[in-house]
Amino acid sequence: MTTSATTETMTGTTAPAVLEQGYLRQRGRLEKAVGPEWYRLIKGVFTNPLSVAGLIIILGFMLTAAFAPVLAPAPTPTWNTNIIPRDGFASEPQPPGTPWRSSAPQTIPFWYTPLTGHEEWVHLMGTTSGQYDIFYGIVWGSRTALLVGVLVVMASAVIGVIIGAVSGFYGGWVDEILMRFVEVFIAFPFLVGALILSSLLIPKMGRSIWPASIALIVFGWTTYARLLRGDILATKERDYVDAARASGAKDIHLILRHILPNAIYPTLVVLSLDMGAIVLAFAALSFLGIGVQVGYADWGQIVSHARDWILTLDRHWYIIVFPGMALLLYGLGWNLIGDGLRDILDPKLRGARG
Amino acid sequence: MTAYIIRRLLVLPVILLGVSLIIFAMLQLLGPVERSALYVQRIPFQEGAIDAIIQRYGLDDPFFVQYWHWMVGREDPVTGEMVGGILRGDFGYSRTGREPVIDLLKRRFPATMELALWSFVPIIGLGIWLGVQSALNHNKPIDQASRVLAILGWSMPTFVFALLVLLIFYAQLGWFPPGRLSTGFSQVVQRPGFTPYTHMHTIDALLNLRFDIFLDALRHLVLPVTTLAVVQIALLLKVTRSSMLEALRQDYVTTARAKGLRERVVINRHVRKNALIPVVTIAGATVAGLLNGVIITEVVFNFPGLGSAAAAAALSLDALTMLGFALFNAIMFVGANLVVDVLYGILDPRVRLE
Repeated sequence: MTTSATTETMTGTTAPAVLEQGYLRQRGRLEKAVGPEWYRLIKGVFTNPLSVAGLIIILGFMLTAAFAPVLAPAPTPTWNTNIIPRDGFASEPQPPGTPWRSSAPQTIPFWYTPLTGHEEWVHLMGTTSGQYDIFYGIVWGSRTALLVGVLVVMASAVIGVIIGAVSGFYGGWVDEILMRFVEVFIAFPFLVGALILSSLLIPKMGRSIWPASIALIVFGWTTYARLLRGDILATKERDYVDAARASGAKDIHLILRHILPNAIYPTLVVLSLDMGAIVLAFAALSFLGIGVQVGYADWGQIVSHARDWILTLDRHWYIIVFPGMALLLYGLGWNLIGDGLRDILDPKLRGARG
Repeated sequence: MTAYIIRRLLVLPVILLGVSLIIFAMLQLLGPVERSALYVQRIPFQEGAIDAIIQRYGLDDPFFVQYWHWMVGREDPVTGEMVGGILRGDFGYSRTGREPVIDLLKRRFPATMELALWSFVPIIGLGIWLGVQSALNHNKPIDQASRVLAILGWSMPTFVFALLVLLIFYAQLGWFPPGRLSTGFSQVVQRPGFTPYTHMHTIDALLNLRFDIFLDALRHLVLPVTTLAVVQIALLLKVTRSSMLEALRQDYVTTARAKGLRERVVINRHVRKNALIPVVTIAGATVAGLLNGVIITEVVFNFPGLGSAAAAAALSLDALTMLGFALFNAIMFVGANLVVDVLYGILDPRVRLE
């Protein structure tokens, strides 16, 4: 954890005076702003080729989400963009390149004709049964994925961190009760619990991203609580915590300023891995029909149309291949970042690679 | 050791009580009308009949009164017989299964069990083997390949993978059909000449010496087993690999080498034996992964097990079936974790002292 050691290897100089100077010069604006441990994390993520690949993939999805109106314009200006426009109601899916007959977007964006060679809108990735445009669903589905990911992961993490911190810091019967509570939720396999709660919430809340998101939060926060509790138990015994306590710091101050910032790093790894895993779980629920309504711009929902065409999947491959690729890449991106973070944070691996 | 097991066993009733409370609370998300299926199989359509049922069975009683009745059952005020009560094995009537929930669970269980048991073969075989090979050839091609495999397998959404293998091996090549048995054989196994010892077709077929049925059942199992196993292989590979790498760096390994043992003996006796102990801990996660995975797998491959029953129930808001399934899952999972904990305690004496 020592800053000087890392800087030493970074500068590679030996003379103490030079080292001192080099050390000061090395501390750039970023390092001063975020502190040494965060700086090491950020630097690590941006230098490990695997996590850089992950970052590029996720950046790609963020850009797709941001420029969705340019990539896949809605048919009318007042269109609810979460709903995929449909070209008629026929049940047979249409292959990529089929002309878009009704409710095609009125505008042709600048990139469209040069890249695709078409003057008019066609279904670039085909349509599902019910003639929902797959390309539109994939572009706008990246918004759904990022929104659901951030929403569910942040909510789960906040709940988990609060409960884990209280449990680990106070110990005793508080810990005992909270951990039994956690164990009860852990007794449900994640997807089983989420499936059931989500399906029971739908009649109350209607179909949207909310029932599945809430269900994923309810059965997802326990990971964070357990993990953070363990790390807090290890951190609170440190001398600097005793020193702060001896100088009269209040509990809340101790947790927020001294313990949590030093115990949070393993949680970051899970946070990143979860950003992918949660979206895959959400898509799985959508695929089973327990989540958003048919026609919602969500990758899992698009794939669910393939269930009606199992016998002829070889002809209707585009229903699963395109949204499947989106899901795989999205999961892969976050997993690569998470794995990179873990390598940086794992003290056993430290120094093992250059 | 005994004290350790007893301590683990004492927590069990507390967890199960909590699990039943959560399940009951989820049930309460539904109105009294839906919950009346606990006591009557078909709600009559006469005016006021529903209110009468609600009155008769106290479906608008306070939470804990209802919980008590749900657990131990209650006397029917008209006929005087005991109805309901999950402790009496009465989970109510399954609308989607058209039979009592407990019968549905019993009837569907062997198919799921067969699927899960078979998937342990590739999970344990390939997962551990690849993990060991990967660690022994650290940073060589086989290591890189299995790491890529692990991260891809881990990022792949189950339902997309399932549909892709169906696309290739069923729709395209016609090798492995969905379902559990071919039509002809599924009638044979119902007939009196075939004794269903376990209701698992592969085992029954062998016991009845019907190798044609065995091969047919196996042919139907290939794709779902592969689907279930892929994620778990990735997980086991990762854990085995890092555990092996750590064991290889231990001092006793250097000692073993220094005293002149052959490399093969060092690996088999000193490294692998110790490296596989921590692998036991993820057995719990594997069980959870399988319980989660069977839902999607059985739905996609049209495999008539518990998972597809639960998915069908979730789609048509058949709460009692879902909750029976949830309880079953929770008991399986808690039981599996208990076994894992005890096993770990036996293998690694340090755990017992905590």
